[in-house]
Amino acid sequence: MVPTTYYIALSAILFTMGVAGVLIRRNAIIIFMSVELMLNSANLAFVAFARQFASLDGQIFVFFVMTVAAAEVAVGLALIVAIFRTKKSINVDEINTLRG
Amino acid sequence: MFNLIPLIVLFPVVGLLINAFFGRQFRDPGAGIVASIAAGSSFVIAVLEFVALLGQPRGATVKLADWIVIGNLSVPWAFKIDTLSVTMMLVVTGVGTLIHIYAIGYMKGDERFPRFFVYLNLFLASMLVLVTGDNYLMLFVGWELVGLCSYLLIGFWFDRESGGLGVGTGNAVAAKKAFVVNRVGDFGFLLGMFLIFWTFGTFQFDSVFGMAEHLREAMPEMLPIITAITLLLLVGATGKSAQIPLYVWLPDAMAGPTPVSALIHAATMVTAGVYMITRSAPLYNLAPASQVVVALIGASTALLAGTIAVGQFDIKRVLAYSTISQLGFMIAAVGLGAYVAGMFHLVTHAFFKALLFLASGSVIHGLEHGHPHASHQSSVGSHQAGHQPSAIGHQPFDPQDMRNMGGLRGKMKVTFWVYTIGALTLAGILPLAGFWSKDEILADAWRAGLGGGQWHGLVVYLLLAIAAFFTAFYMGRQIFMVFFGEGRTDAAKHASESAVVMLVPLVILAGLSVLGGALNLPGLNSMTNWLKHTSELYESGDFNIVVAVISTVVALAGIALSAAVYYRKPMAAGEPDPLQKMGALFVALNCKWWVDELYGLLFIRPYIWLSRFLADVIDWRFWHDWFHDRVLAAGFNGGAMLTAEGIDLGFIDRLANGLAELAKGIAARFRRIETGYVRNYALGVFIGAVAVLAAFLLSR
Repeated sequence: MVPTTYYIALSAILFTMGVAGVLIRRNAIIIFMSVELMLNSANLAFVAFARQFASLDGQIFVFFVMTVAAAEVAVGLALIVAIFRTKKSINVDEINTLRG
Repeated sequence: MFNLIPLIVLFPVVGLLINAFFGRQFRDPGAGIVASIAAGSSFVIAVLEFVALLGQPRGATVKLADWIVIGNLSVPWAFKIDTLSVTMMLVVTGVGTLIHIYAIGYMKGDERFPRFFVYLNLFLASMLVLVTGDNYLMLFVGWELVGLCSYLLIGFWFDRESGGLGVGTGNAVAAKKAFVVNRVGDFGFLLGMFLIFWTFGTFQFDSVFGMAEHLREAMPEMLPIITAITLLLLVGATGKSAQIPLYVWLPDAMAGPTPVSALIHAATMVTAGVYMITRSAPLYNLAPASQVVVALIGASTALLAGTIAVGQFDIKRVLAYSTISQLGFMIAAVGLGAYVAGMFHLVTHAFFKALLFLASGSVIHGLEHGHPHASHQSSVGSHQAGHQPSAIGHQPFDPQDMRNMGGLRGKMKVTFWVYTIGALTLAGILPLAGFWSKDEILADAWRAGLGGGQWHGLVVYLLLAIAAFFTAFYMGRQIFMVFFGEGRTDAAKHASESAVVMLVPLVILAGLSVLGGALNLPGLNSMTNWLKHTSELYESGDFNIVVAVISTVVALAGIALSAAVYYRKPMAAGEPDPLQKMGALFVALNCKWWVDELYGLLFIRPYIWLSRFLADVIDWRFWHDWFHDRVLAAGFNGGAMLTAEGIDLGFIDRLANGLAELAKGIAARFRRIETGYVRNYALGVFIGAVAVLAAFLLSR
């Protein structure tokens, strides 16, 4: 049986990779994928703790997260498509019209 | 019977309302008939009151309604019926009715026929308010109303130049002059009334006289106030009754139609002052000083106006000055305390002066109707212009100028006879009415002077006796100039007698002039006894044979002199008046002693100068140019500049702008943060999250 610590460590690694991806990458789709990575690392942590404490709460929460992530991806991809249509680019550094 | 008294005012009011609304439908003579019926009804009421008073001579006061009730002041709308007021009512309505009837003929064909009768009825109602009121306030209401009617009727032909009554003045000017001069007198009357109220706290005749009587016994030191009151009332009387110094309006008032001259400016309205003083007899008797002033003013007016009448050429103007002169007789009489004599002369004068005016109207009418036959050219040169300053050079033909008349005796027989009766009555020839009434005044003056030892009585007697001589002279001159000799113009040669409707009132008035003396014959003293019911003060003197002989001699001398000058050798056409041989003296008489010019110099010119000064200098240059433009406008502009630039721009705006600049500066620094790069924002979120997490962990 793999100890819970391992899962948590993996989850942390994945989350850190996601954060780094969001902060560093410029391609909007990659940023999205990084966000998904963070969500899934959180899911992993949920599931790991659920198993350790023999409670189904964590697993049920994972379903919620997956639902929200799916909705978020739908909205986010639609936004990206719309931005691409106007800007012919999905480089987030070029989307800076809110600059003061 | 006494309760019928409101009707006497109501009838003329109804008449004037009917004519005011439907007069245009009636045209003439309908409107005149309505007005005459209204006046006649008032006369019937007056007669009824007279009959009632015979049975109950103390009279009554009929209260119609409360008028003014303020605190202690209560002025009812009440009619006073006593022998004095009924005497006035009979004269006003009786003579008034006759003049209404006459006016139907005289005003025939006038474009404003109904309006004339509206005014006449209004006058009648006003005059009746004046004589029936039982307090000074009602008297004042009537007093003002008759003044208004006088103004309206003098200016009745406001679109005409006045017929030879002063060069270059329209009738409207004459009306205005009458109104303004009367206002001066009314102001004095008003002050007198205020003083009465201040002293006695009431306006009722009976209460005022009762308290005045009481005052004499209780507080003799208050008597100077009575003197002041009576003198102020006298100022009012000099205005309304045309006495020195306010008589100047009456001659110009002849610009009105002749019936108006007869009714208002000879018979009734101008006697209001005499009536008022007679009514206030209890006050005047407490103020001997005022009585002296009243008597002297009356007597000197009588003489002054008598002399001026000698030098006039306008037939109505002679009569106007004669009226002033006779009013002077009345005022002198009431000033001497001979109230009955004054009232007696008032009544007879109403008869014969109305007669004379109406007859002169008939003459003018006849001449106007004769005029179309006459060619204009011949009448222009028919009298000497140039020598007379007031000669009517600018008018082609003046039907009122006696120099244009002559020889009318044969053309207008009835008019000639009634005119002669009127003139002889005025001159005071036995046994006509004027003799008895004038003689009573002269006898009272004689008695006051010689019997009573009052110096002013003698002065008054002398002035009046000389005035009586002039009266006889100018009336003789007028008769001889108008009716005798040859017609001096074609108009006079073609003159014709007036209509019957005009002649009937003349004949009635002539009858009254002949018989009027019977009212107060010596020995019978019926009028004295009649008026005594109203006040014990109304006394009359005994017949004095010396005075009677002297005045008869004086009157005959006057007529004889006029006959010598004008009858022996009648004036021919274009010939100057024989009196012009007197030179400067006649010019002075003709120019009315230059009193109008003197007033013009003393009052009117300074007044106009003052008005101009006030308008041009004070109002325009000082108030408008300096005060308004310099002080107000400049001050306002300065103040506005200060608040705008100093306070608004300098303080409030700078505060607001400074705050805005501050916010802008801060914002400019903070905007650097907003890079627009999503990564930066995400980094912020990340750092925040880490910070929150760290805070949680460290605070454990």
